[in-house]
Amino acid sequence: MIDIEDLHKAFNGREVLRGASLAIPKGEIVALMGMSGYGKSVLLKHIAGLILPDRGHVYIDGQDICHLRGEALSRLRSRLGFLFQSGALFSSMTVFDNVAFPLRERGELSEPEIRDRVLAVLDQVGLKGSEEKFPAQISGGMIKRTALARALVRNPEIMLFDEPTTGLDPVIGHAILDLIKSIHDRFGFTGMIVSHELERVFRIVQKVAMLHEGVILTVGTPQEVLSSANPIVHQFVKGEVEGPIQYR
Amino acid sequence: MGLFLANALACAFSSRLKLSQVLKQIHFIGFQSMFVIVLTGAFTGMVLGLQGYYTLTRFGSSALLGPMVALSLIRELGPVLAALMVTARAGSAMTAELGIMQTTEQIDALKLMGVNPYRFLVVPRLVAGVIALPLLTAIFNVVGIFGGYLIGVRLLGMGKGVYFSEMTAYVDMTDVLGGMYKSLTFGLLIAWICCYKGYHTGYGAEGVSRATTQAVVLSSVLILFWDYLMTSFLF
Repeated sequence: MIDIEDLHKAFNGREVLRGASLAIPKGEIVALMGMSGYGKSVLLKHIAGLILPDRGHVYIDGQDICHLRGEALSRLRSRLGFLFQSGALFSSMTVFDNVAFPLRERGELSEPEIRDRVLAVLDQVGLKGSEEKFPAQISGGMIKRTALARALVRNPEIMLFDEPTTGLDPVIGHAILDLIKSIHDRFGFTGMIVSHELERVFRIVQKVAMLHEGVILTVGTPQEVLSSANPIVHQFVKGEVEGPIQYR
Repeated sequence: MGLFLANALACAFSSRLKLSQVLKQIHFIGFQSMFVIVLTGAFTGMVLGLQGYYTLTRFGSSALLGPMVALSLIRELGPVLAALMVTARAGSAMTAELGIMQTTEQIDALKLMGVNPYRFLVVPRLVAGVIALPLLTAIFNVVGIFGGYLIGVRLLGMGKGVYFSEMTAYVDMTDVLGGMYKSLTFGLLIAWICCYKGYHTGYGAEGVSRATTQAVVLSSVLILFWDYLMTSFLF
């Protein structure tokens, strides 16, 4: 479904990706882990076509998103849902309008149909009764859930999550991951989750990949990664201070 | 910057305008700038009336106060000062709003929802700028002429008939149209620069504040430069 091939990207001369390659089969969720600032979000944005690589390709069902423009790119993106780290809600719109926005822009549904769909999704993410609130009036957890509802409202085939639980308390974080799992179980989207919450994320994904120094160092099931003999992977998943990863 | 404008104009002519967005921007750029426009228009007209009266009296031509106030406003001060006021009030807000949308990934979110950010964010502001500026300039001119009347006629005792009859004799349609052409291009220029700076803002609060300052300074300088060019071609 998603094939990332030999991705290279540098910002101001600093190489962030140095030939990252990864394949995500249809219907699977892959967790992407790695040190902060090592390009996990950059890789995710390449999949969405928000950043173009210096070299390499990102194929979605055989179509290279890096070479798509205009209508073709919009069509492919309409199959994608993206949960941004900050939520990226429109501050001038209410929770309801934020979630309804992608449906209204597509213009395929009538307003009553949009209303029904939005209320159903808001109910799913536990935001019933908060429809008329603005992003500034709700908590971080509610912002993340609203953003999740907005990403899910079009029933996307591919979901990309950029740190969905960062900054949330453990209960809300847990609830969001459970929600992602239940929606995956129901709709079976293909997805990628960037997260540092390894233990909790490992419960809901089929595979785990580690991005280190611009390349995918390892890919495997959560169990394989947890028991990896690679000293870098071992140090990272165990959270040990001493080891080959230099954090200073 | 040229490519940004070209993209926006291509989008404006190739896709359907979002009328609700355009009206919202006309309300923001136009209606909400009325107070500052009326205020600056009134004081500009009043100071023109005061200075003009004393200067013209020295040459025994105080009867020409009306045309002097009207021509100064219609040809130069109205379009330029209205544009500078709109830059300060609405242009800076435009840059800050788009800048914050960029830094908080809202523009990326638009792209991922299949919405062209040029069509949704930039085109309505360009269209609103082009519509609102000439209207604000017209208001500025009318209020300014009335301000000159208050000083010249009511305060300094000049004849009301003289003030207005000389004005109609000296001001013709070319002057009015020239001023309107100027304000129309100023509207485009303000929206273009302020949207560009917001869209390409740097990181964080510092990036947005720098972009806002740059937008206001660049717009103001270009308004004066473009005003000179247009004056030399139009009149």
